Amino acid sequence: MKTVKPSRQLDSNGLPALRDGLLLKLHLHSDPKLLCVVRGALERLTEVLGFSPSDCRSVTRAVDEALTNIMRHCYHGRIDQPIEVSCRRLPRRASSGEGLEILLSDRGPAVDPAKLRGRRLDEIKPGGLGLHFIRQSMDTVEYQRGRGVNRFRMVKYFQHTGSPNC
Amino acid sequence: MQISARHADQTTIFDVSGDIDLANSPAVRKALLSEVREKRTPRVVMNLSKVRYIDSSGVASLVEGLKACRDLNLRFILFGLSPSAREVLQLSRLLKIFEVYDNEDQALAS
Repeated sequence: MKTVKPSRQLDSNGLPALRDGLLLKLHLHSDPKLLCVVRGALERLTEVLGFSPSDCRSVTRAVDEALTNIMRHCYHGRIDQPIEVSCRRLPRRASSGEGLEILLSDRGPAVDPAKLRGRRLDEIKPGGLGLHFIRQSMDTVEYQRGRGVNRFRMVKYFQHTGSPNC
Repeated sequence: MQISARHADQTTIFDVSGDIDLANSPAVRKALLSEVREKRTPRVVMNLSKVRYIDSSGVASLVEGLKACRDLNLRFILFGLSPSAREVLQLSRLLKIFEVYDNEDQALAS
């Protein structure tokens, strides 16, 4: 079977055009000390895109909590394992508005979907809040497993009617 | 993240600065629980006015502090919450569980 590679498109400056709305891609190790670095990047990115201050905090919180879950539950505290963070701009579609898609990928063991539900909040006890924060903060939250990779996808749609700033 | 304790008039005040996340929430938990269990001052106050961000592990540490204080019949008070810290306590429906004040004067006058 033949695989046909798509031709590389160039932008007006003759540089390879950014495909699929890619805005930012980070490769990091599963070290909790790097969480503040990713939060800083997400805070600036969401500001530049024109999200409200509250939505900037929501997106940053969701990414931080999802990375925390990967570090704790997929990599069990090992600090040298690979994680990829990809942020893309989603174009307006008939069924949805423009948004920001964030895809987190890791090579830890498969996640039990039953554990992705989070716990009830009517008990006062520590732990189990991260997934709840993620679901409250983002418009779409999905998990997929394929080829040894966990992919955690989150989307936040723009609330304003104008176009994003970049 | 830095955490230090002051003691005054039957009260322990923890001054925390920086973000509380997975990298340092264990240090907050350890400092809080050892102080509560060893000193047993009637009132434990967390100064969070220099904390910009708290994640779920930080919230869990605060809940553990609250429970430890309740077990010993001590008061556990928070003040100076940033918008982000206030949001996570609202999202986890814990804002009404904690005793929360705007500033240190209000917290100490309570």
